[in-house]
Amino acid sequence: MSDMTEDRPLGNVRTLRQVGLKLCLMLSVGLFCLGPILWQAVTSVKLDQDLVRLPPILPEQMTLSHYGRVLFESPIAQSLANSLIVAVSATTVSIVVGTLCAFALARLPIAGKPVILGLVLSTSMFPPIAVISPLYLLMRELGLRDTLLAVGLTHAVYSLPLAVWLLTSFFRQLPAELYYAARVDGCTPLRALFTIFFPLARPGLAVAALLVFIYSWNEFMFALTLTASDATRTAPVAVALFPGLYEIPWGDIAAASLVVTLPVGALAILFQRHIVAGLTAGSVKG
Amino acid sequence: MSRLSERAWGYLLAAPAFVLLGFVALAPIGAALWLSLYRRMPVFGLDEFIGAANYVQLWSDERFWAACRVTLYFTTLSVTAELVVGFGLALLLDRLTSRSGRSSPWEQAMVLLPWAVPTVVSAQIWKWLYQPDYGLLNYLLLRVGLIDAPIDWLADPDWAIHAAVVMDVWKTTPFATLLLLAGLKALPQDLYAAATVDGAGPWERFRRITLPLLMPIVVIVLVFRTMDAVRVFDAVFVLTGGGPGNTTETLSIYAYKTLFQTLQFGYGSALATAMFILVAGLSALYVVLLRRHFQESA
Repeated sequence: MSDMTEDRPLGNVRTLRQVGLKLCLMLSVGLFCLGPILWQAVTSVKLDQDLVRLPPILPEQMTLSHYGRVLFESPIAQSLANSLIVAVSATTVSIVVGTLCAFALARLPIAGKPVILGLVLSTSMFPPIAVISPLYLLMRELGLRDTLLAVGLTHAVYSLPLAVWLLTSFFRQLPAELYYAARVDGCTPLRALFTIFFPLARPGLAVAALLVFIYSWNEFMFALTLTASDATRTAPVAVALFPGLYEIPWGDIAAASLVVTLPVGALAILFQRHIVAGLTAGSVKG
Repeated sequence: MSRLSERAWGYLLAAPAFVLLGFVALAPIGAALWLSLYRRMPVFGLDEFIGAANYVQLWSDERFWAACRVTLYFTTLSVTAELVVGFGLALLLDRLTSRSGRSSPWEQAMVLLPWAVPTVVSAQIWKWLYQPDYGLLNYLLLRVGLIDAPIDWLADPDWAIHAAVVMDVWKTTPFATLLLLAGLKALPQDLYAAATVDGAGPWERFRRITLPLLMPIVVIVLVFRTMDAVRVFDAVFVLTGGGPGNTTETLSIYAYKTLFQTLQFGYGSALATAMFILVAGLSALYVVLLRRHFQESA
């Protein structure tokens, strides 16, 4: 908040009431956006007996037992590791393959570029449900059912359109003269891509990687269908299928929710400018 | 290698993407079409070619039409609400921060968080808020006096779908807000100054300057959000599982249950294909609309 009030001096027009009104409005927007998450945070530190009564809204006593149970006695820890492996490998594959393709589309004279881009984009419009049964059967044929590889590969492919789309527009913004100069100097296109374009496109690559990582971390339907055991379930699947013996363990679920959200939430806050730039670029061009 | 022509290089570099997309995205679409012409239920050892029979069955399947209605109702309601709330929030945030600068990191983070929360987690968050006995929503509404008795939001056939819409609006409005806010920040301020000098009020300025200039972004938000809402699966699946009494069963959920709970791969694929056709039709419609819009503005 501080820089908001600092970068605009409180001029004579601005009265105390306006500042108050502004704060109130900000607060209500904040409550709308963050309220549900905050309530989950409050729930996650409540004692079990406080979970089944309201009021009080804020507990007098706090406990970390839900976090303990989630991290050490539930499949969540394993699923976090699974999600990390899946999301990192999906991001790597998607960005490497996407970069090559985007470079070709942006700089090399291949035929039918609009058609290719259109095709790539249309795959991102596919409802996942339309491909899920053949995909499931394919993975089963290949012996990949219930493996992290199947989930990672699927995530990589379904985030590829986004990566190609974003990176093509980034590569197009880089001056073509650089490329021709490198070619005249005897670089192959691949070397020109790696020595010249890759470093220059680093902000674009970061944006694409972030969006792919967040997509993969949050994806549910493919991960649910392609996995069948705690050993391979990703974090969203584990949260959805959170085990409850007799009644729903709301405190544990709240703790699990926050733990699973933490990595992507932190990324979103740390790299907010990149993400907003990516979202606007990705869709404005779309 | 260096002998390769530029064009050959182009195809070479683009090839891995095409191979992956072909195998994991395009081939399954074709395979789903093919599967939909079979009656395949592994449990009963059934696997026979039956032509279009699945589609004939689909046509007279009341549950399919109900799922269509639920999906369209959900989509219309949530996309409209997202646009309206998203626009409202964007205007508010734009007014609250400096006209010249970018939006502050705090407000951006605030708006971005619901977007980053995994959909499944947001479903769990709202499930807890909607809990009939000690959920926060009932408590607050009772305290304020808006309701006299607790409502079992997710078990009530009339409320459940609306509860799902509210959750979806919370989760996805940030996307609309961020895009519209970026658009608002880029609007030429002198236009507003000129309009004010000419005596235009706030509503007039909004209607004649803001709205027309932001139209491309509004259309884009509309396209993206409609596509997502029509395909909705995880949010509603985790929140209600399609219940109560299938009142929140969207097309994706019905197809998923047919495929993986009753293991009817043939009929499930026909459902999935019908859905693919619906989405393809919608996107074709949007492409036409977009093209017309951009041609007019160009």
